[in-house]
Order: sequence, then structure tokens, then C-alpha cells
Amino acid sequence: MFSLISNILKNAFSRPATRPYPFQRRQRPEGTRGHLDIEIDKCIFCGICAKKCPSNAIEVSRDPKSWTFNRYACIVCAYCVEACPKKCLSMKSDHEGQIQPQEETAGTR
Amino acid sequence: MLENTTEVTVDTLLGEVAIRMGQKYRFVTVTCLDGGDYHEIFYHFDRDYQLVNLRLLLTKGNTLPSITGVFAAAVIVENELQDLFGIKVTDLSIDYGGRLLLAEGAPQAPLNKTRAAEAGTKMEVIEKSTPQGAVAPTEEVAK
Amino acid sequence: MSTQAMSNRRSVIPFGPQHPVLPEPLQLRLVMEDEKVVEALPAIGYVHRGLEKLAEQKDFQQVAFLAERICGICSFQHAMAYSMGVESLMNITVPDRANYLRVIWTELHRLHSHLLWFGLLADSFGFENLFMQAWRCREAVLDIMEATSGGRIMLGTCCVGGVRKDISAEGLDQVLRVCDQLHNDFDKVVTQVMNDYSVKQRTVGIGTVTRQQAHELGAVGPVAKACGLERDHRVTGYAAYGQLDFKPITEQAGDCYARTQVRVRELYQSLDLIRQAIAKIPAGDIMAPVKGNPTGEIVTRVEQPRGEVIYYIKGNGTKNLERLRVRTPTFANVPILLAMLPGYQLADVGVITLSIDPCISCTER
Repeated sequence: MFSLISNILKNAFSRPATRPYPFQRRQRPEGTRGHLDIEIDKCIFCGICAKKCPSNAIEVSRDPKSWTFNRYACIVCAYCVEACPKKCLSMKSDHEGQIQPQEETAGTR
Repeated sequence: MLENTTEVTVDTLLGEVAIRMGQKYRFVTVTCLDGGDYHEIFYHFDRDYQLVNLRLLLTKGNTLPSITGVFAAAVIVENELQDLFGIKVTDLSIDYGGRLLLAEGAPQAPLNKTRAAEAGTKMEVIEKSTPQGAVAPTEEVAK
Repeated sequence: MSTQAMSNRRSVIPFGPQHPVLPEPLQLRLVMEDEKVVEALPAIGYVHRGLEKLAEQKDFQQVAFLAERICGICSFQHAMAYSMGVESLMNITVPDRANYLRVIWTELHRLHSHLLWFGLLADSFGFENLFMQAWRCREAVLDIMEATSGGRIMLGTCCVGGVRKDISAEGLDQVLRVCDQLHNDFDKVVTQVMNDYSVKQRTVGIGTVTRQQAHELGAVGPVAKACGLERDHRVTGYAAYGQLDFKPITEQAGDCYARTQVRVRELYQSLDLIRQAIAKIPAGDIMAPVKGNPTGEIVTRVEQPRGEVIYYIKGNGTKNLERLRVRTPTFANVPILLAMLPGYQLADVGVITLSIDPCISCTER
């Protein structure tokens, strides 16, 4: 009986177990893999990231110079980030926000 | 080459498997590879964390006797051999007829390499099964 | 129609593939006589993805990512088994620090898997509150995995040659704090529940198998351990397990309650292994250089939360593998499930099926 009453009081007066999203969002730890980002000005279009990608999400062509990324195919493994010789790819922590329905092109040069 | 491997043939297979059972080995699994015009089949057994293997070379087109009479646990993996490699296994305790993993319309024997080499020409497709449960002869569908 | 004739009629009830109790689609065709199951026939193939074929088309370092994604619940151990196999083929020695980090992540993954299973088992006999509480404990494990490796379930850290990411000293302290918190949570949520009357009514004496049946039908993992068979592949000392002190857990009864007991005790054992590994972890490199391509064939076995997984890898000197064959523990536990079901009521089928911890996406690849 006593444990029942203490349980009731605890449940009545303690904070809810859930976060009031969207007013308070969960902070992702640093180093979490969320989505891929590229600094297109540093890219030399060598194509190493496209060769390393396990799911063939990146397409690189030298002529004309373009770097295309299919966000839906990406498995967010960051293998390309390690492989890039110019370190222009980076993995950002958050993966919220709208994804455009067509393939994203990070730009050409 | 795997360690502790004994070569067997289709005739000596059941005898060797029965010996392993008598020696209190546990059945682990069956591995199959496509070697061109034959299939290389390994039977793995384990006792006290030591793995022993039986290696069988089966010419394509020959049938394989099932070991479910000795190790009942082999029924699932031998049905998988039928599906994925197109090997015909006889005397199975439960026979799914090639429909354990693959649905109708799936490519036949997908893990065979020689089939993949003909990609671009023809692809054999599993037909709908007849009401008795037997699989109807396949038709070749142009890719 | 006389009652005699009616009670002799059998009906076939399909359990699954869509069922609230099952985490993944599996169909069991139950031949029933009134309320008792007489025979069961499995039908799988709903999530067959052809991953063994896909593995032949990726190069051998990309296959580590593919192996991770064979299953979401036992994902790190798949990547580890694959990496260990290729490292043996190519004679690569993994640095000690990488081995200890692999053990830490493996045991964290085992915690998450057993907690997930515990919640599903509670859900299978209607105890939804315990389901939610168990998964709430599991969130702490997922958060620490995300903080140390970057992903909540697909850690993406194990690769051929070692691990890709290091855990700093602060990270290891954080892991220890989470272990202490989890120890308290387990005492409150998990252990007390094992003495509950209702839980015992639903699990004691249900789905009993004998030790002989478990051996003959090739049961692995907690299903075999609950029948008294001491089968835990970690004692062979792969990765850093050779330097850690532990004993495989066994129970004798062979019913659902015994299988639950084994997994609950394995939760505590995993916490202990993580603490031991953090205490002994040496400094050093985390990755060995990988040169060349794998040639030859090898068989590797690793202890997953559900039992022993066996990987057969054959390389032919090119960067693509010749053959990758995976036999996961649930694949080996399906025959024993068919032996567990006859004689029990339809209401127990959900509990029995969940007590083998079915991971059907592993089974079908």
C-alpha cells in the first residue's frame, strides 16, 4: 500500500518523460553523422569519393566539371569524407529540414 | 583451403554425415559456391568450438541427397540451396520446391555466376506454381 | 455433428507475416487442433534482399558497410565478423586498442539488442508498460553509441584493418557513467520483473525443449544456453575477449523463463565486460594498413546477441570477393522453434516465437 501511494505521488508530481518538441530539440553529440556537405570551391573533381561510395550516391565528372549527390541513396557512412584528398567533404550533425525531391547538385565549375 | 576438410562424394555423403552425428558434432550450416560447371558444397560441423568440414563437388545437373534424415535442422538451408543455386535436392523432409526465399517473378538461381555472365540476353523467371504445388516449366523472358 | 467429430478436426491458422508481436515478417502456418498447436511450418522470404549477391559486386572494403546493414539489431557484430575474416585472409594484425574498442562497441550493441528483445517479449504478453520502460533504458545505450561513434545503430566504425574512430578518455568516462546508470535501471526495471507472478505464469514451463533436442537441432545462443549447453563463442578469445574474465551463462530448465533469465544475466555480464575492457584498454593505433586484395577462403565465427554467426569468405585476388556466405543464429534456431511449438496453446505462440529472439532480416539477408 505504501509503495502504491509513493508511486502515485511520484507520477503526479514529476516532470514528463518526453521533451516538448519542437520548442526544445535534442542536441546531437558532436561527430554524429547527419548529412553530407561539400565546399565545391575546393573540389578538384578527382572522383575518389564516387569510387569509394558503397551505395553509388555520388557522381563526379571531369568534363564538364560537376559533382552530383543523390541524398536518398546516401547511407551516411562518411567513407567519402575520409577519402577526399582535399578535405572538402564534411559530415554535418543534423539531419532535419526538407530534402528537395530531385537529385541535389552541389554545383559545377 | 579450409582446415579440417574431408572430401566426400554424393555416394559417401550420408555415411560421413552419420559418422559426424555419432561423434556428437553439431550441424552448423551448408555453404555453396558456383565453380563454373560444378557446385562446391561445404557441410560445416562443430564440436567444442572446433569446426570440421565436408567438401563435395557436385556437377551441375546432378541431384544432391538431403541430410535431413540424419540432421533434421538442415531442412531450411537445403531448401535455400534449391532456391538460390538451382540445385535439386532429393528426400527433403519439408520441400518448398524453390519457393522458400524467392517469390514468383524472381530470377531463377540468382547466385549462380554463369547466369550473371549472360546478363543482357535472357533471364529465366520462376513461373506461377500450379495448384498441386509443383513448379511449372519456366519460360525464357527476353530481358 | 457429435463433439467427438468436431474435436478431431484440424485447422491451419497463419501466424504472421503481419503480427503485432513480431518485429519482422515471419509466417508460421500452425496446424491447430482446437486451441493446441499440433505442427508448425515456417514460411520466410518476405525480406530477402539478395545481399550475398550484392557483396560480390562491391569491393572488399565497402562490404564492411554492407555487412553492417544485414541487420539493424546485431549490426556491429556482422561488421566485426566480416572484418576479422578478411584480416585473417590478408594476414593483417589489428592493433590492440582497436580490439578493445571493438569489444566495447560489441558489448554495447549486445545491451541494446537484449533490451530491445526484452521490451518485445513484454509486449508479446501484453505488458506494454515494461516494453516502454525497457526501451527507455535502451535509449541511454543508443545515445552513448551515438556520442562515441557517430551513429545510433549503424555505428560505421568497424572496418577491415581496425576501427575508424577512436574514443577519447572523456568518452570512456561517459561510457562508464552510462554503465552505472544502466546498472541501476536494470535492477529496478528488469530484475524485479523476473519475480513477478504474471510474468512467470506466461513464461515458466512454456516452450520447453530438452538438452538433447537443442543439440540435435543445432540450437545456438541463449536458446542452447537455457538448456544447459555451454556454447558461447566468446570464450575462444577473438578480439580482446582473451584478456577479459567471464564465464558463459547457462540455465537448466529450457523454457521461455530460462531463456529470459539467460539474457537478463547477459545484460549484467555485458556491463561487466565493458568495465573490464575500459580498465584494460591500451593506448596506440586504431587502424592497421591494408594493402593488396584478399585471396583464399576462411570461416569466421562471432558471438552475436542471438548466438553464433558464421561467415564464409572467399577471395580471388581481385578487389571483389568471390563469395560471401552468412549464416546467422536465427537461421539455426528456426528448426528448434518448430520443435518448441507443438502442444502449446495459440496464445503462447507469440511468447515462444519471441523467446528465440527472431531476427528475420538476418535470416533471409
